[in-house]
Amino acid sequence: MPYLGSEDAVRELRRALCNPNVQSDQLRYRSTILKVIRAMSQGVDVSGLFSEMVKACATVDIVQKKLVYVFLCSYATLNPELSLLVINTLRKDCQDPNPMVRSLALRNMTNLRLPSLVEYVEQPLTAGLRDRAACVRRVAVLGWAKLHNLQPNSEIDAAVVNELYGLLRDPDPVVMVNCLRALEEILKEEGGVAINKPITHHLLNRLKESDVWGQCEVLKILQRYRPQSENELFDILSLLDASLVSPHPPVMAATLSLFLCLCSGLPAVSLAALERVRGPLLAACGSVSRETRFTALCHIQLLLRSLPGLMGAHYKRFFCGYAEPAYIKQRKMQVLVELVNDDNVAMLLDELKGYCTDVNTDTAQAAISAIGRIGRSYSDRCLEILTGLLGLKQEHITSAVVQTMRDLVWVCPQCSDTVCLALEGCEETLQDSQGRQALLWLLAVYGERVSSAPYTLEVFIDGVRSEASLGVKMELLTTTMRLFLCRPAETQDMLGRLLHYCIEEETDMCVRDQALFYYRLLHCGTEETRKVLQGRRSDPSLGVLIGRPAEPISQWAYSFNTLEPLTQGCVETEPASRGSPEHVTFDPKPNTDLSDTLNCSQIEKVHSGSDSASGFPYSSANVLASSLAAPLSLSLSPALGPEEFERLWMQRQASHADQGAEKLEEEEDYVCMEEQIQCPAIPHCSPQSLQAAMQLVNIQTLAFTPPHTLPWRVYLYTHTQHAHSGEAPRITLIVGELLYTGEASRRVVEIKKGTEDGDVAEEEEEAGLSGRELVSEEEEVKVTVKQQPRDDKALKGFLSILTTVLHTLSPENN
Amino acid sequence: MISQVFILSSQGDHLIYKDFRGEAGSDVIGVFYEKVTALTGDQPPVVMTLRDLHFIHVRQGGLYWVATASADSSPFTVIEFLNRFSALVKDYCGSLSEKSVQMNFALIYELLDEVVDYGYIQTTSSDVLKNFIQTEAVSSRPFSLFDLSNVGLFGAETQQSKVAPSSAATRPIQSSREQGGRSEIFVDVIERMSVVIGCNGVLMKADVEGEIKVKCYMPSCSEMRIGLNEEFSIGKSQLRGYGAAVRVDECSFHQAVRLDEFDSNRILRLCPSQGEQTVMQYQLSDHLPSAPPFRLFPTIERDSGGRLLMYLKLRCDLPPKSAAINVCATIPVPKGSVSLSQELSSPDQSSELKLQNRAIDWTIPRFPGGTQLSALFKLEVSGLSPSSMLEVGPVGLVFELPQLTVTGLQIRFLRLSPVQPGPSQRWVRYVTHSDSYVIRL
Repeated sequence: MPYLGSEDAVRELRRALCNPNVQSDQLRYRSTILKVIRAMSQGVDVSGLFSEMVKACATVDIVQKKLVYVFLCSYATLNPELSLLVINTLRKDCQDPNPMVRSLALRNMTNLRLPSLVEYVEQPLTAGLRDRAACVRRVAVLGWAKLHNLQPNSEIDAAVVNELYGLLRDPDPVVMVNCLRALEEILKEEGGVAINKPITHHLLNRLKESDVWGQCEVLKILQRYRPQSENELFDILSLLDASLVSPHPPVMAATLSLFLCLCSGLPAVSLAALERVRGPLLAACGSVSRETRFTALCHIQLLLRSLPGLMGAHYKRFFCGYAEPAYIKQRKMQVLVELVNDDNVAMLLDELKGYCTDVNTDTAQAAISAIGRIGRSYSDRCLEILTGLLGLKQEHITSAVVQTMRDLVWVCPQCSDTVCLALEGCEETLQDSQGRQALLWLLAVYGERVSSAPYTLEVFIDGVRSEASLGVKMELLTTTMRLFLCRPAETQDMLGRLLHYCIEEETDMCVRDQALFYYRLLHCGTEETRKVLQGRRSDPSLGVLIGRPAEPISQWAYSFNTLEPLTQGCVETEPASRGSPEHVTFDPKPNTDLSDTLNCSQIEKVHSGSDSASGFPYSSANVLASSLAAPLSLSLSPALGPEEFERLWMQRQASHADQGAEKLEEEEDYVCMEEQIQCPAIPHCSPQSLQAAMQLVNIQTLAFTPPHTLPWRVYLYTHTQHAHSGEAPRITLIVGELLYTGEASRRVVEIKKGTEDGDVAEEEEEAGLSGRELVSEEEEVKVTVKQQPRDDKALKGFLSILTTVLHTLSPENN
Repeated sequence: MISQVFILSSQGDHLIYKDFRGEAGSDVIGVFYEKVTALTGDQPPVVMTLRDLHFIHVRQGGLYWVATASADSSPFTVIEFLNRFSALVKDYCGSLSEKSVQMNFALIYELLDEVVDYGYIQTTSSDVLKNFIQTEAVSSRPFSLFDLSNVGLFGAETQQSKVAPSSAATRPIQSSREQGGRSEIFVDVIERMSVVIGCNGVLMKADVEGEIKVKCYMPSCSEMRIGLNEEFSIGKSQLRGYGAAVRVDECSFHQAVRLDEFDSNRILRLCPSQGEQTVMQYQLSDHLPSAPPFRLFPTIERDSGGRLLMYLKLRCDLPPKSAAINVCATIPVPKGSVSLSQELSSPDQSSELKLQNRAIDWTIPRFPGGTQLSALFKLEVSGLSPSSMLEVGPVGLVFELPQLTVTGLQIRFLRLSPVQPGPSQRWVRYVTHSDSYVIRL
């Protein structure tokens, strides 16, 4: 067929449609109509043929009828008057003995979307609801919804609504589900279809009759139901249990959604449900359809937010397939990072290492940043891989590695030595502004340790004229200033040149202002400058956290099985991946409403293992509220860096080992005490919720093992301030370790106390301890704490606070 | 709730467009195509949002199958629906391609009309749909020399009908009704392996996902019984029989499958509906009953002239009677690779340096079990450094193992009852694909 412009094509088609010869030959007529539809779906405007097509509607050929209806429904709104002509044919068809013809007519009558035709449609629709054939009833039921939406302001016909409610008992499951859908739409203003107990149980009992789509719809609508008793709730749950492990992902997801909704008050049941869907979700992750895989991965990320250990044993299922598209690989890596633990870290890193050289640069960079995330807990292994990658001297890899190192150093300052060594020579390969900014930031912070730092900067400063990126220029200014502070001799000259250029020649206001500011700052003297510029090198509050907090399920339950998880870039966007980490504002700590120091009661008895976990009624608020005569204050300042902590700890550790396994020991300077706190499931709670809770009472956690690993450890510190009456407040430092040793379920608190006045009765403590040990058969955490200088009362107070926090955190009390 | 459904070719041509609720303008197609082509690498494409319009799409047969839906719709449902819809189109049109969709657009509109009403999915069962669908499929079988090769001297049929031609299952399901077409049923056991072999040759991961698919071209078929291996067992604890057990970890069945004889005799009973359906899905993780099909023994070194020498021995550990076909090994190479010279152990193999993918593709059309092939690649690399070796590997293998299942799952028998009048043919086919077969170097 020669190519015709749309007008010619329409003219040609009209001629053919009007040709009586064509009209009399059914096959030719049909093929002409086909051509019209084809033109229509290709986007040609064929609305001019409306009247010809209306004529073609009156035929006995069902195929032709269907084709014409496709056309009419697309263009009816443009030709409301002409559409009236079709109504007669349609109404006649509604009387046809063939149910297929009846349903077809009814469906298209309502699909014309013409408010002017409503009066003609109502009668056939009413008849349709009582039709013998299920296929007609299906159409008629939905027809009422369409009609209602055509005139949204019209009154709702109570008779119709009643009839629709009645049809919920229709033998055909599709009719039943369509009734639900129609009522949802018609009664939208009243909050949708009424879901009461009889309807719920009716729907649940007939759930199995519906197909996948119907089941999903019913399950979704049932989310509105609130069971009246616990028994009823569990009846419903057991009825739905089979759907929870359905091989069809839509049914599984809808059921879980309903589960989470019904069990919002029962976290244990919800968690059990999450465990239950693990199998089907993993199966969906291996589905043939990439899109289903992706959807399943996104939802697994949601689940991991509340149950970080859910997929731990199945980490291999998240290894990237060789030919998978980049977006799936990236999601899989995000999941893999969450699953890392002592046992699989070697395997995981091996796997991730393979992705770093992927042809796809996005995949490669995602892999590198994933390794960086793992580096927060396994820094040595990861740094080895990262430095190895620098040897490749490839632009995108080097850039990603340097950015990752910057983020890593911000969180784990102990990595800085390795990073400083690795930085030499990177600048030759770095091209993009993100990577160069990261390099500059690292040079600024660790400039005194990178021997070639001034030379690197010199290259940057020499090229500043041709520098296009604003970010790089700003970072360069700051870096040069900072380097000047620690290595003035080498940097003075280039700083001068840079400032001169930025002030005299630079056209960008931001850069110029920044340069002027620094210039004036230098006038105030080095000390002032140092005060302004000396930024933090790391964020100790981040600790060596891995994994996110185990959020309550309600945080994400509402978005489960919606499009939201799929549209989010990733669940936790790296805050530090853009710009310098110190410029990023972190979420405010939960203790913002509390003062820096916190008054806590000096609780007389130390709550330890003897207080069984059952119903420990304290929340941290209770502890905070009760302030007593001799108040004990905990405070976080001055902050203790990880290195300092390690030094203190190791020092004590060594002396402790020398002394043997005494539970309480005393040197002239500190006391060591072991304590056992009975608080089940603390090792299963996530590092960050623990950290948040600790911070609430001003205890700083420094390092964690991931949840669910054994042995599970947490390191923490705090300062106590114990106001003795009439004396100056004595300040002591407490450093501590929580240890959970495993199957034997023993948590022990060791407390080593550095003390000055060694007049405390050790026997008391020992007696107390042995008493506690007797009851310590269940899960217990061993804590080792060191105090310096010694203050027993403060220590007791600290312990009681710690115990309370742990009890508050343990899930049984939630 | 689905608002619109449309099908686009990969070039963005409108093939099918249906608006169910009349809520959004028809320019959405253009908007979608603009968005999908403007995506950068790290943006997941499956769901795209423009104000309150949400596009969900899948790629099947090189086409975009798109639905627009509200934000609270279930992604599992919409994606599953689009996949199911494309499978229906494939059943009805015979194959999935831009051409077949174009030729059968009337049929597809008719399907869409029956499948979705006012944005609500009504039914996707081919048993129900066959009563409603009136349009006949136009099949677009391309002319192929293979069609001629079956005709021998003087037009005699030479092909022994022991093997079904590969195109046999790509025809429209409805042709059987009208033209009195062959009444056939295909049962396919398809397995996909994903394997990671460590650099020391240790099997690090081995997962198999399998499914049994039934493709039915019979106008009426009351009941079919599929017998699996008797020693088939599910889960770790339960072992059956004395022979080598065929074990899977998890197994799920189509709703229509009746399992009353499954526990005792491993028989699945079902009434297949026309078209294709997945009767059973199963997974096996971290364990293969036999050795992994391929092993690689690499020797990689740099020679004095700054060239990279790769001597690869690839061994196929399949039973001697089986063979792998269409084997392609992709070996990533360092970035600066310029040219390749090769020595391959047999003439039917070939290899090529793909600079764009930074990899060597080594293709082996047929690889019999128990044999070993070798290849020597000499690679000219500019700026070769010791760390360039990091970029070599891991090797990815793509292959097909016809008439073989790695789990050992077999179909013992296939019975139709009542016995079909007239000639009916039953075919059982096995194939194992590599989903992802990675060997680290």
